[in-house]
Amino acid sequence: MAIFLTHDSSVIVQGMTGSEGMKHTQRMLRSGTQVVGGVNPRKAGQTVDFEDGVQVPVFGSVAEAMEATGADVSVLFVPPAFTKAAVVEAVDAGMPLAVVITEGVPVQDTAEFFAYAQAKGTTRIIGPNCPGLISPEQSNAGIIPADITGPGRIGLVSKSGTLTYQMMYELREIGFSTAVGIGGDPIIGTTHIDCLQAFQDDPDTDAIVMIGEIGGDAEERAADYIKEHVTKPVVGYVAGFTAPEGKTMGHAGAIVSGSSGTAAAKKEALEAAGVKVGKTPSETAELMREIVAGLG
Amino acid sequence: MDLFEYQARDLFEKHGVPVLAAEVVTDAADAGPAAERVGADSGGVVVVKAQVKVGGRGKAGGVKLARSPQEAVEAAEQILGMDIKGHTVGAVMIAQGARIAEEYYFSLLLDRTNRSLLAMCSKEGGVDIETLAEERPEALARVAVDARTGIDDATARHILEEAGFDTADVDAIAPALVRLWDVYQGEDATLVEVNPMVKTEDGQVLALDGKVTLDDNADFRHEDHAALADTAAADPLEAKAKEMGLNYVKLDGNVGIIGNGAGLVMSTLDVVAYAGEEHTAGRAKPANFLDIGGGASAEVMSNGLDVILGDDQVRSVFVNVFGGITACDAVATGIVSALEILGDEATKPLVVRLDGNNVEEGRAILARADHPLVTIEDTMDGAARRAAELAAN
Repeated sequence: MAIFLTHDSSVIVQGMTGSEGMKHTQRMLRSGTQVVGGVNPRKAGQTVDFEDGVQVPVFGSVAEAMEATGADVSVLFVPPAFTKAAVVEAVDAGMPLAVVITEGVPVQDTAEFFAYAQAKGTTRIIGPNCPGLISPEQSNAGIIPADITGPGRIGLVSKSGTLTYQMMYELREIGFSTAVGIGGDPIIGTTHIDCLQAFQDDPDTDAIVMIGEIGGDAEERAADYIKEHVTKPVVGYVAGFTAPEGKTMGHAGAIVSGSSGTAAAKKEALEAAGVKVGKTPSETAELMREIVAGLG
Repeated sequence: MDLFEYQARDLFEKHGVPVLAAEVVTDAADAGPAAERVGADSGGVVVVKAQVKVGGRGKAGGVKLARSPQEAVEAAEQILGMDIKGHTVGAVMIAQGARIAEEYYFSLLLDRTNRSLLAMCSKEGGVDIETLAEERPEALARVAVDARTGIDDATARHILEEAGFDTADVDAIAPALVRLWDVYQGEDATLVEVNPMVKTEDGQVLALDGKVTLDDNADFRHEDHAALADTAAADPLEAKAKEMGLNYVKLDGNVGIIGNGAGLVMSTLDVVAYAGEEHTAGRAKPANFLDIGGGASAEVMSNGLDVILGDDQVRSVFVNVFGGITACDAVATGIVSALEILGDEATKPLVVRLDGNNVEEGRAILARADHPLVTIEDTMDGAARRAAELAAN
């Protein structure tokens, strides 16, 4: 098992025929993902050639692609101006999981498509502005490099892409059930809490790494959730202790406003919930190694 | 991007929110004629208001009433150049005077926690709203707003009723709230705040002071927003980086930082700060945030180094890259070419840590180039310590 994504997952790519879409579809195929289709109304009916003679058909809509292939995951590499329409299309088709990789989506658009998906109740959105998720050697939906590490029993949830990679690398000898990059925007479809809950329920996950960063109160709320509902060991890391107030640090959501959203407050909340929080990525990895060793 | 009050006022006017006549001047001499025009309908009475992106300007003496053009000039002379909480006043708004009967509060903002929008409204405006929220939360109505439907007449009435307004006031104020939604949605704002919204003695509803934050991600559909940027106040290095398309934030330290991915760069700053405390008694601190993103080409790398080396405080540079999609050999080639491009201008030691995709080849390229300024370290912590020591010594 794993969370959200397994070897049975059947993936389509919205925006597959663009340059990013092509590059990452090839990478997903190489890491064993079943990519069964692409969506582009102007290229419907064509097929696209990938390495090793793999041909992927292009469909005119998400609904057509689902009808023809039984896909249950869509990965979106659609430019910001068209992301809202593409997500709404996936939701209308009843796509169970939509992974929005696109960076730079206006937050008003995200607020709208998130509310739309909530109202319909059939689609889980991950992202936007995220690297996607990987269940190593099962399936890879997004842009997380598949060769950092293999399968194992740690679950990882993170707001940041490169910190996800860094942590997977630090713990490569142990491996991961699933690693989820939830994205750094102010509004995201899947939160730390959603992933904590799924990892808690996943029989193949023994321990969880949670990576947060400045801005908002998602980490504080995750801490409350852990206290109440998570019995598996959780190790945390928070980036942005040195971030100045009022400046956006790369991610649109990474901003300290007054005394709220600080890394110190998040670390304190997590520790109060019994989470061991590392000062650096390597110290965090070390804390996890100790926990895994203790699990025997 | 946070706007000045006068920019918020102009957006309000554009979308039909009732506002008073106003003009902005940067030279006190221009305040006289402006006051004459603006005060024509208010018996010559105007208010001269400092334009700064910080609260508490009234208490700091940044808002003055003037009863004649001459008084307006005097007020502008006093306010222009004033320092308000570290912000130098470069412009004043000359606004028409009004006879205020009541002051209210209204804001519409992004609610990250509930992943929707939130309207806040109170009959007690003109005060510090955070204090009100803390001391008398019952006086501040909070109403969730659906991002898809926004504020129509019915929602506006609901918000006002929640805040305890009587029917006559609800009738009078609701249209302004609908217009403020037009500002929020039409301009891709993440915050629209009116404090105070007032009712005048003759029953007019007006947005007297406004605060607007715009979503930079939406700039592609608002060509006119670029003109709202406060280029004068921007840090020159930040302005230069922005021109080059780099994501850079200047900090007060001496270890320049370049990395890929916002989270990793934030983490790098922290690790350098810890190393500085632990190994240099706090003498080494991160000098900046610089995320070069996914494609670390030679050009991006040399632009990044160019900006960082332009910071006189910087004494060493830490390049921290985890090759995910980006291959480390490309990053290494980027560093080597960047140093060639910069030539004699590159004068500060570089500590490089590479991991991930094609790391062996990346390290080999740096080793072969054997540049006297470059040190390769295997781990992020080790590299942070080395960069901190180089900056402190």
